[in-house]
Amino acid sequence: MQLVQRRPLPPRRVRLRPGGVLPILAILVVLLVLVGIRQPSFLDPPSLMSFLGRSAPIILLAAGQYFVIVSGEFDLSVGSLVTAQVVVAARLIDSDPARTWPVVLLLLAFGALVGLVNGLITTRLRVPSFITTLGMFLILVGAVYLWSDGAPKGGLSEEFRRFGRRAVEDVPLLGRVPYALLVLLAVAVLAVVLMRSDFGRTLVAVGDNPRTAQLSGVRVWRTRTVAFILSGLAAAVAAILLGGYSGVSFQAGAGLEFGAITAVVLGGVALGGGRGSVVGAMLGALTLELLFALMNFYGVSGALRSTVQGAIILLAVAVSATRSSSR
Amino acid sequence: MPDPPPAPLLTLRGIGKSFFGVRVLDGVDLDVAPGEVHAVVGENGAGKSTLMKIVSGGYAPDGGTVEVAGAPRVFRSPRDAQRAGIGIIHQEFNLLPERTVAENVHLGHEPVRRGLVDRRAMRERTGRLLASIGETTLAPDARVGQLGVAQQQVVEIAKALALDARVLIMDEPTAALADHEVELLYGLVRRLQHRGIGLLYVSHRLTEVFDLSGRITVLKDGRRVTTVNTTDTSTDDLVRHMVGRELSSYYPDRAGPADRGPVRITVRDAGNRKLRGVDLQLRAGEVLGVGGLQGSGRSALARALFGVAPFTSGDVTLDGRPVRLRSPRTAMRAGIAYVTEDRKGEGIVPRQSVLDNALLASRAVFAARSGRAARTRRVRELLATVEVRAAGDDQEIRFLSGGNQQKVVLARWLALDPQVLLFDEPTRGIDVGAKSAIHDLVRRLARDGAAVLMISSDLPELLGMSDRIVVMRDGRIAGELPAAATEEDVVALAVGHVTETDR
Repeated sequence: MQLVQRRPLPPRRVRLRPGGVLPILAILVVLLVLVGIRQPSFLDPPSLMSFLGRSAPIILLAAGQYFVIVSGEFDLSVGSLVTAQVVVAARLIDSDPARTWPVVLLLLAFGALVGLVNGLITTRLRVPSFITTLGMFLILVGAVYLWSDGAPKGGLSEEFRRFGRRAVEDVPLLGRVPYALLVLLAVAVLAVVLMRSDFGRTLVAVGDNPRTAQLSGVRVWRTRTVAFILSGLAAAVAAILLGGYSGVSFQAGAGLEFGAITAVVLGGVALGGGRGSVVGAMLGALTLELLFALMNFYGVSGALRSTVQGAIILLAVAVSATRSSSR
Repeated sequence: MPDPPPAPLLTLRGIGKSFFGVRVLDGVDLDVAPGEVHAVVGENGAGKSTLMKIVSGGYAPDGGTVEVAGAPRVFRSPRDAQRAGIGIIHQEFNLLPERTVAENVHLGHEPVRRGLVDRRAMRERTGRLLASIGETTLAPDARVGQLGVAQQQVVEIAKALALDARVLIMDEPTAALADHEVELLYGLVRRLQHRGIGLLYVSHRLTEVFDLSGRITVLKDGRRVTTVNTTDTSTDDLVRHMVGRELSSYYPDRAGPADRGPVRITVRDAGNRKLRGVDLQLRAGEVLGVGGLQGSGRSALARALFGVAPFTSGDVTLDGRPVRLRSPRTAMRAGIAYVTEDRKGEGIVPRQSVLDNALLASRAVFAARSGRAARTRRVRELLATVEVRAAGDDQEIRFLSGGNQQKVVLARWLALDPQVLLFDEPTRGIDVGAKSAIHDLVRRLARDGAAVLMISSDLPELLGMSDRIVVMRDGRIAGELPAAATEEDVVALAVGHVTETDR
């Protein structure tokens, strides 16, 4: 081999690479300090545990949304999917404990099915996912109203509600550890493992450059469809926790899709795909919840939530856009 | 040097331009007289497009002057050039398909009456303008999207004339036209000449150049080689001017007779939207070079064999068995690999690591075949074999040089042990060191028994690397040449000029 010898490049360790979790961790720490100053008792283990349990559904949804966004798509249907799941669960269980587990399985299947339909319509019929999932959002809202004649029927069993409201009691140091937090940790571990697997790496590649992926033999449509299914499954798990925690209503999942998208963007994941980590997305959701808690402590009106979310989305996207264009 | 006709409309003196330190144009002189067709010819990358962009205000030159009717001008934008009377008809038209002919012609400078667009005046003016260039069949009210390509071209020309263009640049005007439409264009060009408009006619189709032009300027590697009167030259002369350069680089030894293996791929009478009647054989142990101009179907051939834009007619056999290569996956499973010419657009995943990029294809297609750890180890070895220079496996590939990116892409394909490799411009935009490393690698793959197809616009590379060369033109294989062919032979086939056999 005739090769012009060149010096190897100097090692370039870009720790603060775009899409890393460092910025969101920094924001999280700052918020924790601010909360600690205003309301020191918030940082006591019992209240912190319960905060994490309460935040579990939105963090799960952020993880689900992450899969879709990193592959270059959007899922606006998760909020209404959560509502639909809660209402369906109440009617099917009808306060009968024996039906709990079958219904839990049914909800997971339902979530996966909605994701599958979203994915197939987006990838095979080439409808932009923004439109697909907006359509699914409206269809689910209407269908749930129709199916329950305008008011939620039945009720959840105590068994079912356990996931969302009960906890492992008397844990040393921590006090009570909510089941929701355990579910969250399990899902988080699964998500991290998944993103390190072949599928996860391929998913990010599809979001970053679908042409390259396709020419390397990736079935881009299948990969994206699986991402939608994962988002649907995450919505099902979130619905089980949320139904248990706050009960049955048509408002159960209202606005959660935007919360999840805000969280994902805040966590350093690029809209349009190909950049960011699932841990970042979940930390983004935690940060968002903490920010709302902080606003609460400072007496800021809860009505400002959506304004704050909107501002965060605009700011985060603007920051990442200007940073990546300046390279 | 021929005498230029008197009082040129447009004069370029010593135009130079560099991009990122690479000299694209160097001291180019050119002038266009009223009523003259001045053709500009040259190979791909000779600097034609850059020169036209400078004349039409798209780029500012680094050096030299542009004079319009004797007065020096500086164009800061295409609008400045338009105001100075220079119009350009791009290969890709700049028209609004949902608007009428008249609206397109007057876009941005609509006649106004009492604050509103005066549609009637606009229609009348357009009608007069079209009539003045002999277009009586085209209705000013027709929607542009419903017109054919040739008529859209007329609209583009009218649009430039509506802005009082005195010099028109036509960039490969016949590229999009069918044969009978070319005749119409000839007529149009002659009528524009009669109006006293100067035309700069960029084309690599020599037939047209000889039919239309009065003078011809040949560009090569950013310099003007010569300007000649069309009547004083011949296609042979032009081809020689276009290529004439010495072979200086080093290329690995070609395949000997013992290296040639059996036929791997046979293509019989195959075609699709971009290809017609392609017959081809790819042998193990051999590098088949594919030459031709851009858009001649070279890339379409590779993409058809890789199943990206499959053949829709004809037969392909692989090792004697018929195969249908209908997607990249099926091609990959058949042992075919494809290195694209558009490395940035479809060769790399820019924000993923070197390792992820190298693993992409194995992960996608042969996920379950071997253990993950073993596969990663093998890809790491391959990255070392092709000598990728990076800060580490985990560095994002977009920070690597073009040559190193290409080596990572190669490693991705080598991980699949391909039997057939299709390279589309494998060394485009790559520094000299990496270039020769890639040449060596290509040859080594062939020697190890792979069948290699290599597309290249770089004639020395094509001639230096190939054991056999096919040249494409207009979606067909125009001819096959032996390894000992000259650059003139390739160019003559590519531009459709039959060389005398006694040469």
